[in-house]
Amino acid sequence: MSVFVLLLALLAQTPAPRGNAETGKALFAKIGCYQCHGREAQGSTATGPRLNQNPITFTRFVSYIRKPTGEMPPYSAKVVSEQQAADIFAFLQSLPKPPAVESIPLLRP
Amino acid sequence: MAKPRKFSPTRRNFLKGAAVAGAASLTPPIAPIASATVRKPETVTPLQDARAETAVPPEVDVLTTDHCGSDFMVDVLRSLDIEYVCANPGSSFRALHESVVNYGGNQKPEFITCCHEESSVGMAHGYSKIEGKPLGVLAHGTVGLQHAAMAVYNAYCDRVPIFIIVGNTIDATMRRPGVEWMHSVQDAASIVRDFIKWDDTPISLQHFAESAARAYKITMTPPMEPVLIVADSELQERPLAEKDKLRLQRVTRTAPPQGDSGAVAEAAKLLVAAQTPVIIADRAARTAAGMKYLVELAEALQAPVIDQGGRMNFPSRHPLNQSGRGRGLIADADVILGLELTDFWGSVNAYRDQLERGSRRLTKTGAKLISITAGDLYMKSNYQDFERYPEVDIAMAADAEATLPALTEAVKRLITADHKNAFQTRGSKLASAHQAALEQSRLDATYGWDASPITTARMFAEVWAQIKNEDWSLVSSSQTNWASRLWNFDKYHRFIGGSGGAGVGYGAPAAVGAALANKKYGRLTVNIQNDGDLMYAPGVLWTAAHHRIPLLSVMHNNRAYHQEVMHLQRMANRHNRGIERASIGTTIEDPNIDYSKLAQSMGLYAEGPVTDPKDLGPAIKRAIAAVKRGEPALVDVVTQPR
Repeated sequence: MSVFVLLLALLAQTPAPRGNAETGKALFAKIGCYQCHGREAQGSTATGPRLNQNPITFTRFVSYIRKPTGEMPPYSAKVVSEQQAADIFAFLQSLPKPPAVESIPLLRP
Repeated sequence: MAKPRKFSPTRRNFLKGAAVAGAASLTPPIAPIASATVRKPETVTPLQDARAETAVPPEVDVLTTDHCGSDFMVDVLRSLDIEYVCANPGSSFRALHESVVNYGGNQKPEFITCCHEESSVGMAHGYSKIEGKPLGVLAHGTVGLQHAAMAVYNAYCDRVPIFIIVGNTIDATMRRPGVEWMHSVQDAASIVRDFIKWDDTPISLQHFAESAARAYKITMTPPMEPVLIVADSELQERPLAEKDKLRLQRVTRTAPPQGDSGAVAEAAKLLVAAQTPVIIADRAARTAAGMKYLVELAEALQAPVIDQGGRMNFPSRHPLNQSGRGRGLIADADVILGLELTDFWGSVNAYRDQLERGSRRLTKTGAKLISITAGDLYMKSNYQDFERYPEVDIAMAADAEATLPALTEAVKRLITADHKNAFQTRGSKLASAHQAALEQSRLDATYGWDASPITTARMFAEVWAQIKNEDWSLVSSSQTNWASRLWNFDKYHRFIGGSGGAGVGYGAPAAVGAALANKKYGRLTVNIQNDGDLMYAPGVLWTAAHHRIPLLSVMHNNRAYHQEVMHLQRMANRHNRGIERASIGTTIEDPNIDYSKLAQSMGLYAEGPVTDPKDLGPAIKRAIAAVKRGEPALVDVVTQPR
């Protein structure tokens, strides 16, 4: 295994910065994530997918916001730091599960 | 709008010599129109001159008449079955206004008082979507039509019939000094000619009758578009003589164009042979029959239908309704039938709004595209609502609704027993996918269920709970698709599509106009009202209250022009700067608008702002009770953005 590959492997295993969910919640609103994904990260089929209870890895998360493949505006490192991304990621992970659909009478068929 | 008026008592004294002094009030003379047109240029009396009001009139003056040209114009409107005329009052059509309310008794047409010409046309737009025929709009040929222009453009893009009459004083010597000159124009229709289908400036009453009949016929022929007639003020106000010589025109509706029989047969062949056909419908169903025809075709083929929502094309709970799976189905399709698509190219291509703009075709190689649209029969060049050029394999310049029965028959003739088995298998898979999508929608709606601001899913679920047992009619298009995901759209009047041109300010007046049309059918008209849209011309709420138009408006109040919030965010991100300032210039906060007070001030029953989702259901229930009493009602709901 070359040194280069070893380095890559080490980088991939680098833990995400420790995120603060409260700070992330504020950032989620402040920098516009809520605009497409909703304030509860509930998503909208018209604007952006649900992020609540939609787990992806931090690496994938950061990679996507930096270079989105779809319509999402890119959040480059110039405007959102790695730490801020980690805070937002922590906020998303902290969101509670929604109530069971069966428990909501209005959503019964 | 207030239009200052000046009064010149000598303006209409053109019947000099036609009657003897003192006889006018007893036996009003009616001069032949021909003699009325022979006039000497007037000496205009300055308004400031008190003598104009107090001087003894010349002996030969005739100051009254029992009938005028605009009485005949009312007869014309009545012959065209125009039920209402929406207008903000204006002096250039004052005679026609007076004829509507007095000569016509304010019935068919009834005068609907609007606070803005954009509201008049918006109301006409919504009315047409329910009633399938035009409503009349009266406006000044200048300032009124300028106000109306955006709404006319929406109607044009949405292929909606509207009958516009504008007042104008063509003869310069007949204009009062001052404002009437500002309110006169050489070519009144010019400002909207790019986005109406036809216009005329009649110079006689018979000409008016013929042009009105022609305009009606044209506006009602697909592709339906607004039309405009100029009503010269002299023609309106001149005494009506020899009425017996005037003739109302019989209007025979033009049968809408049907697809060429060879093209229909070829399309049927492709559709029956297809393994993965897809039907996309936008403005396909002009009437309830159109919806039925589309169901018949889809069921014959067991083909999925993607309803783009320009009209109420296809029942939302039909197992073949696959509107939420559009892109995947299109990517897998071998034959795509597009029915009255606004944007066929955009339906089969993905376009990416990033710094480097790009597009990619969604369809697989060899997929056949069939288009049926009356849009191919009529297109103008300046405004670009025709969208990007689509490369299709069969193009029928025809009305989709008129063509569907023949296409379905041709399809049925080609279906063999083997086809039927394959189609049934396809249909079963689609039914399962439909059911899964429905369940997914319910699951998705749970996220943020108790949040404040209230999620749009919760709002739509709360409204649905209160209306589902009524004969409801949703008359607004939403920025979300929660209605189609959670509600059961099973009849044509359940939905009327959108604005067409995406001109903001359409929602509120169109809802009031649609509610006006729904009133006689006793339907519960429901409007999900965007906040930014309402603020363009909120006076239409007063119109609804004044005319006792029952309408439930539930505010989707996200306190922003949210589409623009997202656009600004996109630009800020793209430019690597200021990504926290997308709210500047795009939000409607500080102060927050109290829409319930706004509505109450104009005579509506209103509640809100509702911020706790638990309060929403009861508030909607109380508002519906008001609507059932015949009133408009509004519930202001503070919501999530989308």
